[in-house]
Formats: sequence, structure tokens, C-alpha cells
Amino acid sequence: MILAMKLVWFEIKFSYLKEKLFLLISTLILILSLSCNESGKETVIDFWGLGSEGEFVKQLIPRFEAQNPSIKVKVQMAPWTAAQEKLISAFASDNLPDVFQLGNTWVPQFAQLEAITELSSQLPESKIIKKENYFEGIWDTNVLDSLVYGIPWYIDTRVMFYRKDVFEKAGFSSPPKTWDELYQLSKKIKASHKGEEKYAIFIATNEWANFIIFGLQNGAEILKDNNTYGNFNGEKFTEAFSYLTKYYRENLTPLGVSQVTNVYQAFAEEYFSIYISGPWNISEFKKWMTGDLQDKWMTAALPGPNENIKGISLAGGSSLVISQRSKYKNEAWKLIEYLSKPETQIDFYHLVNDLPAVKEAWKDTSLSNNPYMKAFYEQFNYVVATPKIPEWEQIVFSKLQQYVELAARNVLSVKEALQKLDDDVNVILEKRRWMLSRNK
Amino acid sequence: MRENKVQIERKDFSSGISAAYFFLAPALISIFIFFFIPVIAAFIISFTDFDIYSLGNYNNLRFVGLKNYSDLLNNELFWISLKNTFYFVIVASPLSISVSLGAALILNSKLVKLKGIFRLAYFIPVVTTLVAVAIVWRFIYHPRFGILNYLLSFAGINPIDWLGDPFWAMPSIILMSIWKNFGYNMIIFIAGLQNIPEHLYEAAVLEGASGWQQFKKITLPMLAPTTVFISIITMIGNFQLFAEPYVMTQGGPLNKTLSVVQYMYQEGFRWWNMGYSASIAFVLFIIIFIGTMLQLRIQKQTA
Repeated sequence: MILAMKLVWFEIKFSYLKEKLFLLISTLILILSLSCNESGKETVIDFWGLGSEGEFVKQLIPRFEAQNPSIKVKVQMAPWTAAQEKLISAFASDNLPDVFQLGNTWVPQFAQLEAITELSSQLPESKIIKKENYFEGIWDTNVLDSLVYGIPWYIDTRVMFYRKDVFEKAGFSSPPKTWDELYQLSKKIKASHKGEEKYAIFIATNEWANFIIFGLQNGAEILKDNNTYGNFNGEKFTEAFSYLTKYYRENLTPLGVSQVTNVYQAFAEEYFSIYISGPWNISEFKKWMTGDLQDKWMTAALPGPNENIKGISLAGGSSLVISQRSKYKNEAWKLIEYLSKPETQIDFYHLVNDLPAVKEAWKDTSLSNNPYMKAFYEQFNYVVATPKIPEWEQIVFSKLQQYVELAARNVLSVKEALQKLDDDVNVILEKRRWMLSRNK
Repeated sequence: MRENKVQIERKDFSSGISAAYFFLAPALISIFIFFFIPVIAAFIISFTDFDIYSLGNYNNLRFVGLKNYSDLLNNELFWISLKNTFYFVIVASPLSISVSLGAALILNSKLVKLKGIFRLAYFIPVVTTLVAVAIVWRFIYHPRFGILNYLLSFAGINPIDWLGDPFWAMPSIILMSIWKNFGYNMIIFIAGLQNIPEHLYEAAVLEGASGWQQFKKITLPMLAPTTVFISIITMIGNFQLFAEPYVMTQGGPLNKTLSVVQYMYQEGFRWWNMGYSASIAFVLFIIIFIGTMLQLRIQKQTA
């Protein structure tokens, strides 16, 4: 008993001491930080970049700091995996940086969260950032209800990567321009691989982009009534969807995703000869297509539904945004302006191979002389944004891909799959309908 | 005199209790803050439609009563994930326990040499990162280049798309998960085996019992407490199946490997439907609770 008392006493004494110590240290820190601020007179802004962009952008910062001696930039790299989850958690715990990179399809979600600020107080006066400097479709991804929330940093879109030699063998001297040509070509390629387990094209069931691209090309309105109901069942989307499912049913594309563990190797082996993908794959394809294969591949803009309609693709890439709670919005804006200058954009392209968002930068010879870039430049003039609602990713990743797989494997007919897809989408959009009806 | 003594004892006892509470307080408080409060919060959230809209603005939060739970019970995907999870629990748990027991018996046998090395070899998968294991197994299962299909080709079996075929995906996950996890239970079984007194076997040998009889009449009954522990732990662990399909198949093909926990993760942290996701967590909790109770009851009755 006495021992216990002693222990308790010791505990109390110790905790008292600890408290004192804690107080002392925290006061010291407070004084230290106050004095720092006063002597430096510089603002520190936090900047989060994702993946290699966040890694390499650090090299561009010293020049900015030299031009703006009163601003210091602290760059942090967040990995791309689960980046969106991390940013939302940072928002929920009030830890968002002043400026950060956002995949441009995430802009609606963060605007809805009131996490990012709209830029109408900075944008009209800017001499560097002007709407007409950008590709229209790309700029549009950052606009919600005619308010601009982000500035395109680098851009991407999907084009056709194809095997020139295989196309020539099949009697095509130039890439297909229409859906029908693409289909005829695919059938010829498949026929030329008689007996071998090889395919014409790779349309992965876990890449929703293909299905949305072909739907949009066909003029489908994917969600209707102010994006509150699914419209996958509509005539235009059904047409595009049936067109793509034909490739699975006729064995023109591999069905399982696990068969292709390495896309580049499979492409080099002619396991398939057409792949719709983005600029992030160019360097990888170069790495695998070596020796004899070096000049056997090329990129081309996407085919359209018929001769009269240009094939559109998706407006992808990343934007730079400013946190709504940032205390240094003007300094943050200066950083965005700096990163949007054509010369900075070209430097950034040389660092990470991300395609510049500013059209002016495309005049640089490293881009204009690159044969693989021609298709991308052409395609960027025909890109559109996906529906700008926070639920979009859930709709395409969890629902569209699920029913694509069911239809591709012939478990459901096209009509059943799209009807069920709409039903599921309408459940997801229930909250949105409620919110809109309440705002009326 | 006697009564007096009792009183003193009681007094000592009660003051002992308050001292015990005093010393337990730090642990109890942290359990309360970091365990009970979040669980209660999650329980409340499961009756709301807490989602990304509510995260930005609490005015967008609706109290929906039991709607999450009724939606859940009407959701096809939830039943699919539940079916897959039960498939995994019912097939993988007994298999994994028997493999562990088998390995433990072999390693505990006096005839085996280099026990340390084997024990280490069997335990290495347990401590290896799952992601690394998954990459290796994806190659093993590869339909075109995988060693498994290569070996089967000698037996004249056509290549199987292990992870891509809706029928084979779950068995493939089960096989990998057993390989990865049996070492852990094996170590516990070895400890249990070493606690069985040697003289029981000596007596049995004197009586002329065969090896099988020794196993059935001595080893198994003496291991019963260990087995109860292992089977409950394994079952609970298997109900929480997540990482294996997450890294190997992402729930596919055709949702044949989607587990309840993975479904919960997707709804909660991918799509931010926190309310709905919380209701999945509580349904899973109830299922595991019932499972554990049933198992305890059965084992008590047979014992």
C-alpha cells in the first residue's frame, strides 16, 4: 500500500515536471517561430506535386525564388497511388497546401468540396495566363458554371498506337479514319494470325476511357437532365457500346486483362497491333521497340464514327489549383503564372516528358520535330471533358467497367448491361438530385 | 474476532481495486478515445448518408435511419461479395489449418533433420510483404508464361487463365493465401505439440498403439485448445479477406474475388460513401461475431 502511494506520488511529481517542461518548450518554439517571421519577411508557400511531377518540379523552383525573393516555395511530392484519397483526407484535416496539382477530372470534386478557390479575382488581370493560350477542350475541364477553378499545367489525351508493319501487311498504308475501317482492318489482322493466339487490338475491360471516348464520338449525352440521371441506355451510347463489344465477341481483342501483364512486350510481340493510350506510354514503347522494331510503330489521331465526324478523345492532364483556405493566394498565383510561362513549360517537358498545356510551347523543336507528337497535337484540338460531377469516377470505375466486363464476356446482352448500368448510376446520383432540388 | 478479520480483508480488497483502476486508467482512457469513440462514431455514421458532399458542408448530411442497411441487403454486389467471402472462409480455413498441422507434425517429428532451416523456410512467406509475394504469384499464374501452366502441360492439361477465369480466380487466391499464411499457425501448432507430455506416447507404444491411433487418441485431444484458438483466429482473419484479392485481381474477374472488406474499402475510401461503408462494417462485425460464437459452442459440445 505504501509502495503504491509512493509510486502515485512519484507519478504526480513526474507529470507535474513534464507539464512544466512542455510549457517551456512550447513557449520557446513560439518565440522562435515569431522571430523567424519577423526577420525574414518572406512568405513560405506549400506546393504539392504528384509522382514524378512533384519530384522534378523542384528543379524549376530556384529560378522562381530568384525572380521573387520574397517568396519561398516548399515542394512536397505525394505519390500518384491513392493521391486523391490523400488530398481529400488532407482537406478534411485542414492540411491542404497553398498550391497543388490536381488531375483535371478531379477538379469538380474539389470545387464541390469548397477545397479550391475559383480564380476570377486573379485571372482577368494576368498577362501570362489567358484562355486563348490553351486548347479549348483542356481549358474547359477546369470550368464549372462558367467559373475557372484551375490552370492546365500539362496535358494528355488518348490516341492510337499502332504497328506500321502489321498495317502495311494488311494493306493499310495509312491508319484507319473511320470506325468501319478500324473494324475491317482488325478483322484482316486477326485473319493474318491464323492459328496463333494473337489479336488485332487491345481494348482492356478495365479501361473505361475507351468506352466513353467512343460514346462521345458518336455524340452520346452520357448523363442527362443536368447530369442527374444516367443515359447509357440512350441510342447513341448503345450504338458505340455494341460496336466495341463486337471486338470481344469476334475475338479481335483479348478478353481477360491478366493475359497482358506487359502491354509493351505484347505490342512488340504483335500479340496485338493497336492500342489506344496516352503520351505517358511513349517512352515505354520506345524502350521496348528496339532494333528492327524501332521504326515499326507510330501514333495516329483516333478514327471517327464516319468520314464527316472527326474522332474526339478525352481532355486529360493535370491542373494547378489554389486552396480556398490559403492565406497566400497572390503568391500562389505568381507560382502558377511562373509554371505557365512557355519557357518553363518547355523545361518541364524536358524534365518529365509531360506535354505542355500552353500552345506556344509546342513550337519548340523538341516537340514539333518529334514524329510521335504530331498525332497528339492534332488530337488536342478535338478533345472534350467528361461530365463534371464529383460522382464521375465512381460511375466509370466501379459501374461502367463492371458492366463492360459482363457484356464483353456475354454474361449480359448489351441492352441488359446498359439498362442495369443506368439503374446503378441513378442510385449514385440520388444525392445530387436531392441537393439540386433543395437549392431551387 | 472472526468477523473483524473478514472486514479487514474486505477493506484491503476494495482499496486494492481502486488502486488497480488508477493504474489501469491510462490504458482504459486511450482505449476509450482511440477505440470506443471511433466505433460509436462509425455506428452513428452508418445511419446517415455521410459522403463527399457532406465532407465539404455538414448541411448536406441527411439522417437516413436504416436505409443504408436495407440498401445493403438489396444490393446484388454485397451478396456477391458475401458469397465470395464465405467461399473463402469455408474452403480456405480448414485447408489452411490442416496444412499448418501437417507441417507442424512433420517438423516436430524426431526423424526430420535440419528442423531450423525448414521452420524458417515455412515461416518466410508470413513475414514477406504481400505485394512482393503477389508479383511472384502473378508470374506463376500467368496464362502464357507461368510455371504452373508449364508444369501442367506435361500432364497434358491445356493452359488455364488462373486469375482471369471466373471459376479459377478464387481457388488461385486461396492457394496463394494458404501458402502465404500457413507458417504462422504452424509455429503455434509446434508450440502446442511440444507441450504434450512424452510419457503419453511412451505409454501408448507400450500398449501397442499404431501411429494413427496415437495421433487420434493423444495428439488431437491434447491439441484441442490450440486448435480452437487457431480456428477462431483463422476464421476471423479470413472473413477480413482484403489484401490478397486487392493486389492480385482487384476483385475481378466478374467480381468473383470481391470480398466484403474490399467492397467496404471501395465504397468508403474510393467513393467516400462513408455512411454506407460503415453499415457494411457493422454487418461484417455481426457475421464474425455469430461465427465465433457458433465455433465456440460446437467445440465445447464436442469436447
